[in-house]
Amino acid sequence: MINRIVVGAHYGLRDWIAQRATAVIMAIYSVLLVAVLLLVRPATFEAWQAVFANGLMKFLTFLFFVSLFYHAWIGVRDLWMDYVKPTGVRLSLHVLTISLLVGYTAWAAAILWRL
Amino acid sequence: MAEMTIKKQRPKNLDLTTIKLPLPGKVSILHRVSGVGLFLCLPVLLWLFGASLGSPETFAAFKAVAGMWPVKVVLAGLLWAFVHHFCAGIRFLLLDMHVGIEKQAARKSSAVVFAVSIPLTLVLWGILL
Repeated sequence: MINRIVVGAHYGLRDWIAQRATAVIMAIYSVLLVAVLLLVRPATFEAWQAVFANGLMKFLTFLFFVSLFYHAWIGVRDLWMDYVKPTGVRLSLHVLTISLLVGYTAWAAAILWRL
Repeated sequence: MAEMTIKKQRPKNLDLTTIKLPLPGKVSILHRVSGVGLFLCLPVLLWLFGASLGSPETFAAFKAVAGMWPVKVVLAGLLWAFVHHFCAGIRFLLLDMHVGIEKQAARKSSAVVFAVSIPLTLVLWGILL
């Protein structure tokens, strides 16, 4: 007979995978960005702007930002879960963190789609 | 039975001044510290990124701000934080895939993290800033 008690919302594995998937996306993008910058060597404002105005680069950069903010959400949430015990305070910090990161996503989109 | 093992009293020491972390422990806590530092500085980094791409005027403002030495020190710190988080993260991904999980191998790879992240920070600092 199996006496296993099943509890929880089972979001743990999904977040665990998401944290690693976003990490891999960011790692690849970082190497790619350094390679592009070494290749193009943008010395002026126009050249620097042109790097991110490129359609593919714009898409990849936005993907990087979304990965970064999702990754940061999981990391910072773990931090609150480790160190903040009162439920109300922890919930408030969760809401604050999500609000900031959603705002940053819009900010990053605004920066990139002005180009 | 499971509950009984968990509830067993164990000796506990949480005095930070007497805890000496092994190298993998240092990589781990610095992974967290660097992540927090990067998270807290996200608005600054987004502002700098936006200014650098906005217009020739905001680009000039970006260059002026990024050229100030207190900002340079903070950016150097953030660059280290990013590179450490990157290198330690790759190590954690390998550990997740059960690569190098033996004690000796794990200690060695934590030394490799520092041996790579510190020179790489300096090289990128030289190239980028």
